[in-house]
Amino acid sequence: MRSTVGSPAAGWCHFTHGADIGVCGFGPTRESAFEQGATALMAAITDEPVAQQERVRISCEAPDDELLFVEWLNALIFEMATRHMLFGAFSVTIRGHRLEAEASGERIDPARHRPAVEVKGATYTALKVTRQPDGLWLAQCVVDV
Amino acid sequence: MDPALLQRHGDFEWHIAPIGGMHVPAIIYADEALIRDIDDKVYEQVTNVARLPGIVKASYAMPDAHWGYGFPIGGVAAFDPDAGGIVSAGGVGFDISCGVRTMLTGLKREDIEPKKEELAEALYASVPVGMGSTGQIRLSPDEMDAMLDGGAQWAVERGYGDASDLERVEERGRMAGARPDFVSDKAKSRQRDEMGTLGSGNHYLEVQVVAELFDPQTAAAFGLNEGEVVVSIHCGSRGLGHQIGTEYLRDMALAAAEHGITLPDRELACAPIASDIGQRYLGAMRAGINCALANRQIIGHLTREVFARFFPQARLDLLFDVSHNTCKLEEHVVDGQPRRLYVHRKGATRAYGPGHPDLPAALRPVGQPVLIGGSMGTSSYVLVGTPESEARAFSSACHGAGRSLSRHAAVKRWRGQQIAEELAQRGIIVRSPSWRGIAEEAPGAYKDSEAVVNAADRAALARKVARLDPMVCIKG
Repeated sequence: MRSTVGSPAAGWCHFTHGADIGVCGFGPTRESAFEQGATALMAAITDEPVAQQERVRISCEAPDDELLFVEWLNALIFEMATRHMLFGAFSVTIRGHRLEAEASGERIDPARHRPAVEVKGATYTALKVTRQPDGLWLAQCVVDV
Repeated sequence: MDPALLQRHGDFEWHIAPIGGMHVPAIIYADEALIRDIDDKVYEQVTNVARLPGIVKASYAMPDAHWGYGFPIGGVAAFDPDAGGIVSAGGVGFDISCGVRTMLTGLKREDIEPKKEELAEALYASVPVGMGSTGQIRLSPDEMDAMLDGGAQWAVERGYGDASDLERVEERGRMAGARPDFVSDKAKSRQRDEMGTLGSGNHYLEVQVVAELFDPQTAAAFGLNEGEVVVSIHCGSRGLGHQIGTEYLRDMALAAAEHGITLPDRELACAPIASDIGQRYLGAMRAGINCALANRQIIGHLTREVFARFFPQARLDLLFDVSHNTCKLEEHVVDGQPRRLYVHRKGATRAYGPGHPDLPAALRPVGQPVLIGGSMGTSSYVLVGTPESEARAFSSACHGAGRSLSRHAAVKRWRGQQIAEELAQRGIIVRSPSWRGIAEEAPGAYKDSEAVVNAADRAALARKVARLDPMVCIKG
């Protein structure tokens, strides 16, 4: 079961996984799919809006697109955990298998954001980064909560 | 899962004979109803594990088995280092040494009832819970390494709890062979603010009443009396463990080919025990175990402080502390011969039987307490390791019930406030920072833990001793 948010051209979704949560992003480019995947990750944590008060730069690389998607999400998870932040907007650039990004967000306020879960890490389960027949890029995996 | 896919060996044991590269059979312990309820992915995962190098005897799945990461959750597999055996980060999981600690209060239900709401508020205020919560302890780099080496022993030396607690913790509270130098700076920074925090998801602190005794003699040996109150804590190694899991899963996946390992599933990322990366993971994972043991020791201490304010006479003696996501070097008898094996338990609890030398003297005659957590609003259980348990699955038992509904589906079906109100009407006080979190953890989203525990008992993995029912539940 998937529930999708966004337009037909770009958006994110959650999909069913027994114990945890599947996150996916789709868009016209790899980068937009990765950005939407990050939005899906945040939506697994909170339903509340996240202000863009602070920017964090992230860079990572991996041998292929799928591992790069996991690296990207895990980099965000690390920044959330150590900066005590949530993120609401993302700008991703991918050259080859190297990703540079800027994530914008704010310090977490448990009373306002009411985080439902704390994501432990992105996994290789249901991991996929692919260009679909309709031309849109899809990036997805299950995250362990 | 269709039972017709399996070979039935009695009412509670199902085999998959070795096929297609499996070195050993797969064995699932469950009754037929549980088998039908187990998702099909478990078949794929338990047979994939059976294909890993150096596996001994069988790839096991416990009665609460469900879809995991490479290994099924509820998976048990042992590997021989002298036969090219592997160690797998996926076979341990992200939450290294997640486990349960249960303390005996000596108080009765009627002592708690008049103060239940205040007690719930005090516990909720004192134990940091949920994403974004931070502990009061900040460790210097040297103290961080001391904690990763010393575990619960370190915590006791720092004033958290009593030395008498340690004999009731696996490994006497300190996992030997920990290598803090194999734990990355990123993992340590992720733990910096999280010592003494409960976490989120299915982690909890519960005040429970001993509702039923199934084995009065063993219950008496454990100090469990019907109508008396215990406190159980379920959490793990927090951010440090998660980061160790993340990093080594990646490193093992990237290194698999150079070790001649073909992974049917990237999540099965593993390395030869004797390899450099295998040894580094073992050292880091053992440090993660110590982090979890220290964390539960600290939270246990915080709980005692709260109880002391309400019930100055209550001691909160530790019954036992078990972990259910580990890989440990253990001696087991296989075909009449003792062998040293690396036993992975992924969502499975060690269950040493009577007489095991690693048990404290007071418990050695009866066996190890096996603490099986329920979900919010449902019963938890105390079991005991059996003499048969080693032969059944390297002295292993289940760890919980597993979900029957995804988080996604649970949120669509229930509202958190509705669940909290329903539980309050049943006399269960719930405190959590998130209504959505409560909905995701709704009792109806979990399988029937009684069925799982009954199957573990009938399969001789561990024997039922007592049922614990919740009174107060603090959830992340």
